[in-house]
Parts: sequence; structure tokens; C-alpha cells
Amino acid sequence: MDILPILSTLRRHKVTAFLVILEIALTCAIVCNAVFLIIQRVDRIHMPSGVAEHELVQIQLADTGAKADEYARAQEDLAALRQIPGVTQVASVRQVPFGMSSNNAGIRLDPDQNKPTLDAATYFGENVIDAFGTRLVAGRNLRPDDYRRLDMVAEGVRTKNLKLFPNTVVITRAVGERLWPGQDPLGRTLYLGKAPLQVVGVLAELVRPQIEDDSAALFSLVIPIQLGGGQYVIRSAPGDRERVLKAALEKLRQNDPHRIVVQKRTMDELRESFFQNDRAMAGLLIGVCVALLVVTALGIVGLGSFWVAQRRRMIGVRRALGATRHDILHYFQTENFLLATIGIAFGMVLAYGINLFLMLHYELPRLPAVYFPIGAVVLWLIGQIAVLGPALRAAAVPPVVATRSV
Amino acid sequence: MFNYYLELALRSLKRSPGLTALMVLAIGFGVAASMTTWSVFRAVSGDPIPWKSSKLFVPQIDMWGPKGRGPNKTDNEPPDALDYTDAMALMRAHRGKLQSAMYQISPSVVPADAGKHPINVSGHAVYGEFFPMLDVPFLYGNGWSADDDTQRAAVAVISGKLNDKLFGGANSVGRTVSIEGKDYRVVGVLGNWNPQPRFYDVVNTGGFSTGVEDVFIPFERAIAMGIPNDGNTNCSETPAESGFVGLQRSSCIWIAYMVQLDDAAAVSAYRSWLDGYAKEQQTAGRFSWAPNNRLRDVPAFLDHEQVVPSDTKVSLLVALGLLIVCLVNTAGLLLAKFLRRSSEIGVRRALGAPRMAIYAQFLTEAGMIGLAGGVLGLLLTGVGVASVSWVLPKDIAALARLDFSLLALTLLVAVVATTLAGLYPTFRASRVQPAWQLKSN
Repeated sequence: MDILPILSTLRRHKVTAFLVILEIALTCAIVCNAVFLIIQRVDRIHMPSGVAEHELVQIQLADTGAKADEYARAQEDLAALRQIPGVTQVASVRQVPFGMSSNNAGIRLDPDQNKPTLDAATYFGENVIDAFGTRLVAGRNLRPDDYRRLDMVAEGVRTKNLKLFPNTVVITRAVGERLWPGQDPLGRTLYLGKAPLQVVGVLAELVRPQIEDDSAALFSLVIPIQLGGGQYVIRSAPGDRERVLKAALEKLRQNDPHRIVVQKRTMDELRESFFQNDRAMAGLLIGVCVALLVVTALGIVGLGSFWVAQRRRMIGVRRALGATRHDILHYFQTENFLLATIGIAFGMVLAYGINLFLMLHYELPRLPAVYFPIGAVVLWLIGQIAVLGPALRAAAVPPVVATRSV
Repeated sequence: MFNYYLELALRSLKRSPGLTALMVLAIGFGVAASMTTWSVFRAVSGDPIPWKSSKLFVPQIDMWGPKGRGPNKTDNEPPDALDYTDAMALMRAHRGKLQSAMYQISPSVVPADAGKHPINVSGHAVYGEFFPMLDVPFLYGNGWSADDDTQRAAVAVISGKLNDKLFGGANSVGRTVSIEGKDYRVVGVLGNWNPQPRFYDVVNTGGFSTGVEDVFIPFERAIAMGIPNDGNTNCSETPAESGFVGLQRSSCIWIAYMVQLDDAAAVSAYRSWLDGYAKEQQTAGRFSWAPNNRLRDVPAFLDHEQVVPSDTKVSLLVALGLLIVCLVNTAGLLLAKFLRRSSEIGVRRALGAPRMAIYAQFLTEAGMIGLAGGVLGLLLTGVGVASVSWVLPKDIAALARLDFSLLALTLLVAVVATTLAGLYPTFRASRVQPAWQLKSN
């Protein structure tokens, strides 16, 4: 197909051609960036937690009357919960992954260090690792003799008595890599305030309850501190969860009726509500992207139809001079391809510019190069599909039109 | 003449209904998407007290020093709330025109007449100057006096909503309400007051709160009664003593503070006083670092606390992009449509119509498309604003409302944008040489 005649025709419709190019360029730039944002959101929504999400339920209680002996009651609670048929693991906890409320601590490699090296979520409680179903990749699990009671630890804080603190800790791989890059963290010591903790085990992944910085999402520690109840995590087969939850609430009520249930939910619900904003944003952006592509396609259809109507005479003359229907169809398709290509070229530059702006102002990462060819192909396809209708109508113009006046 | 142009425009639009629908749809879509996002954006970034926000300041004092910065913080920003010691020092110094320390409380309230159940309400412990400083509207009565503050008087200001619940909406000034088991005399009932973002205590509310503030009591009274802090508490080190009293003696931050400074001189005087105070603390050995204070006005503080989620800003940009594409699209379609009518223009010009008449005719047509697009956009914006609650978090979605100014803006944007888009094609159309056009036919 000869491109020169197309170019000379377009030169006679400079402004209209320019508007089509502008529209395609803008759409290309916005869609590239929006799709990038959407994919980042989707990645975030599917962030690994490292726990057996489909098998867990969380129950949180609050005392209404006078407190009984919390630690004895917690042991009774745990024993009662374990007896529910279908329950595989039970743990008393203080926080759960994606639970929003979190205890965090600054971790130091040297107790006299000015600023902490990193900030990590601190999981307390008995049997946390097995109940969460998180995978231990090195070292050992926490043992009963590692544990200290929370009230004793608090006493230790008050009296500055380091002997009352636990001595061991299990960390995630992410924490190990940040503290001791490229080295084996097992057996090393980290400091929580002034208290030294020896790393005895390494977990593959364990996500924090609250994520402020995505790169620190897996910075978690499990510290052997025994809790006085208040919050439990129960693990069972996914299908049993509802029944187990009901039975567990009944057991807990029997153990101490002077408590109210503050929270009862499955881990799936926790993840769902944790990423609510990200889903909303992704949905909004998908909607706008689809609207943009539809509007662009409609614009091409509209302009294409006009050009065809305007050039009926020219088409008739060409047909009369021996051009086939196929030639005419091809002519409009090539024209559209040319416009789209120029638009896409400008669009890429613009997409890069918008990305730079977003990087500067909203701390977004750089747009990966793979988006450019994909964006180009999508817009080419849309252009071709949109122009097909008008082009077919053009091809249907009979040669006899040439002999008629308009 | 205008009626004639309207008729011409209608006839022309009817000739190509598909294309007209396309243009109207494109404009409607673009306007609706950008206006919906804009209404959310405006709701969350709006200044809740525009007439006074540049006179209200939030002082920040560095009571933690460089050691207290988180590991991810590279800037030298002091903590964004105050500890008890410094908040009290600022209150005692009383350097601003009006000022108040405040903390969030969640006491139980027992209605005076027996037989009703106690309810949990939320509110703030504040100083009496809080009410005039923030121009808080009163339905009945007033705030309390400075004497009430120092004497730790058992007085309370309650919301209109709580007044409805407890006293059936009657003027309850002088009556008694039981808060945390103690009797308080009601001195004021608030009118409708629910500023968003909750600018006076961003640290505890995160900026937005769907709840209403139901009760205010004197700060020092609340401390004396041991009504605990219900908001956030942040510590750089574990408090040496436990409980609420331990919290008051610690360097943990949990108190919000606001001060009214009327002019630049007052601001700089307050700033240098803050530096002097920090230096004093340094000399006394409490701080081992140089003064590092901040004094931001309300808009600057809201920005610093990143109250407006960046998600909203990005989606506003995307929606604006959509509007621009829709306008470019419409301009292209209008251009194609108008240029095809050169023969019609030729005839009109040959019959004596001046250029201005051509302008008037075509701009009327463009404006009509804009108006139709605007009306469609209006309906779609209504749908959009009503359905943001599906996709956005509840506390933010609740703020996005369709109001008159938004409606007017929607229409205006649509008409102005299409008229602008129609300007170039009209210019081209009116340039057509009548003789040439007539000849070619």
C-alpha cells in the first residue's frame, strides 16, 4: 500500500488528524499509567501473609466485671478450645496479621545504638507459629522453657531487671536479611531496647498487622511471652470454621460469662477489609480506563464515518479507475494505523512524563518498559476495530458515485 | 434571532442523531467522572474553618530528640502531638490570644432520670478557650470560663444530639448529667457542629471521623478525675510508671494543642517563645538537643499529616485526563461536522449573512450539545456520587455530597468546554469563501 497519497490526504485535514492523534496519545499515556497503578494495587491485594489464611478464625474478648486470674483463665480457655472437634491448633495472641492494631518495636544490633536499625511488629503468645501455620525455614520453634509471663516482663521493664525478659526470638527471613545481609541469622543476637534476644528460628513469611511501608510488610518477630488471654486464634479445616467459631464462643462463655465478644472473624475477612481501599482504587481506575478506551474508540468511529462520507466522491473515482473494494478497505485501515502510530509515539513520551511526575509527587515506582509495547498493541487493535465499520462502508461505495454530482 | 439559531441547530443535530448522541455521551461521561472525583477530593481536602484557619496554629515541640525518630524517618520532624509536661507548660505560659490543650475521652453517661441505661459517648477534654477559638456554634448556653478551668469545675458542654437523647431537645442549661459516675452541670448545648476533617485533633482521628463529638468537659477536671485518654498514645520509651498517672509523667505523646495567633508579629513572638522554652529545657537538662520546634497553621498541618489520601489525588488526575480526552474527542467530531456544511455556510453568506451570524449559529449548536452533555453528566454525577460509598471507605464516602455548587459547576464545565471545543471549527466554518463554495456545487 502506498503511504504517500494517504499522507497528502491527511495534510488537507491537518486539524482533524491532529485531534485524532492527540486523543490517541492522551489515551495511551493515561491508560499506560492507570494500568500500572492497577497492577500495583492488585499485587498489594495479593500480598503474601505467610499464614494459613483459609483455616483461621480470630476471637477477641473484653472483661466487663472484675478480672479473674487472667493467666489461669487463659490456660482453661486454651484447653477448652482445643477440645472442640475439628480444631487443629489454638493460640493466645495479642495481634493478628492484617488486624490493623499492632505492637511494634525498634530493633537494634547494639544496645547503645542511637536509632533502631528497623521497626518490626512483635507477636506475643503461646503456640503462635503452629497456630498461624507459618513455615519455619531454619532453626527451631519456641519451647515452653523460652516463655515468660507478660506481667513479669512488665515488672522487668519497671525495675529495669533484664533477667525477667525472654532470651529467645523467632524472626522472619525479611528481618534476618535486613539485619545481617547475606549471613545466617541463627544464633545471632538482636536488642529490643536493652534486652538481648537470641535468634533461634527463622520463618519464611509473617506479615504485620498494620503496614505503613510495603517494603517493611514482612518485618515481624515472634517473642516467647505468655499472655493473660483476651484474644485467641483457632485453626481448623476451612469448611469447619463456622461451626468451630460458634462452638468456641459457647466454650468461652461457659469459662467466664463476664466477658463480651469484641471481635469474631475469619482471616479471610481480615484480609478483605484490610485491602478495601486498594480494591476501591483499582476498581475506580479500571472504570476510568474502560471509559477512556470506549470514548477513544467512539471518537475514531465518528471521525472515520465523517471522512468516509466526505470522500464518497474520491472513493467512487478510485473505484471507477479500477481500485478493488479491498484496496479501499485497506486504504482506511492504513490511514488509521498511521494516525495511531503517531499518536502512540507521542503517547509513550507523555506516559513517561506523567510517570516521572507521579514518581516525584506520589512516590510511585518507575513505569516498567514492558507497558509500552503492550499499550501500543492495545491502541492499534482498538483503532483497527473502530475503523473497520466506516472502512467497510467506504468499500461498499459503488463506482457509479463518481459520475453523479454530490 | 436566537430562536432561529436554536431551530437550525436542532434540525442539524436531528440529521445525524448517532453522532449527536456520541458527542453528548462523551461529554456526559467525561464531566461525570471528573466531577465525581472532584466532589470526593473537595470533601476531603476542604478547609473546615476557612475564615480562621490561617490564624490557628499547632505547636510541635521535640521532646524525644533525635533518638526518638523511627528508623524510617530521615527528616528531623518533631513528634506531632504533645506530652503532658509540655502541654501544661504551654497552657501555663498562655502566650496566644486563645489556646487549648485537648485529649480524646470516651466516658459513660448516665441519664439523670433513673431507669435508662448508661451510654458510651465520645468527646474531648478541653479548656474553655476552645469554644471561642474554633467559633463553635451554641444552641443553648455557652462554654465555661477560665475560672471553671482552674477550679476544675464539674461543668459540661454536650452536643445537640446528646441533648435530644437525654433531655428530649429542651434547653438543658443548668441541668445535671452524670459522666463517669459524677454529676456535671450542663453549661452549653452545641448546635450542628461536625467539622471535617477534624482539624483540631488530627492525630487522634486521622482527620476524618463518622462519629459526632457528644461531650466536652474541662481538661484539668478530666485529669483530676482520671478519665483516661481514648485516643492514640505514642511513646519513644516505656513509661516508668503504669496507669494514667504514669502516662502523665512520661514523655509519651497523647495531647493535641491549638493556639490562635492573629498576626505575623504574634506568630513570630510565639515561635521565639517556643524556642526559648526548648532552650530552657535544654539548660535544665531535660532535653539534650538543640530546640527543634514547629508552628504550622491548620492548612499546613493538615498537609503535613497527609490528611488527604494520595489515592484521591491520583484518581482526580486520572478523571481530569478523561475529561480532556472527551473534550478533544468532541472537538474533533464538531470540526468534522461543521466543515461538512461549507455549502450551507456558502449559501447563507451569499444571501448576506455576516460572519458574526455564522459564529452565533454554530456556537449555539455547540452550546446545545454542551448543555445536553452537561445534563447527562449531571445525572451521571448524581449516580457517581451516590455510588462512591461502594468503592471508597465509609468515612470518606460519607462526605462526598451532591450540592448546588457542584451541580452548577458540572453544567458550566460542560457548556464552556464544548463552546471552546466548537470555537475553532466555527472559525474555520466562517472563513469559507461563499463564491468558491457555490461554484463547486
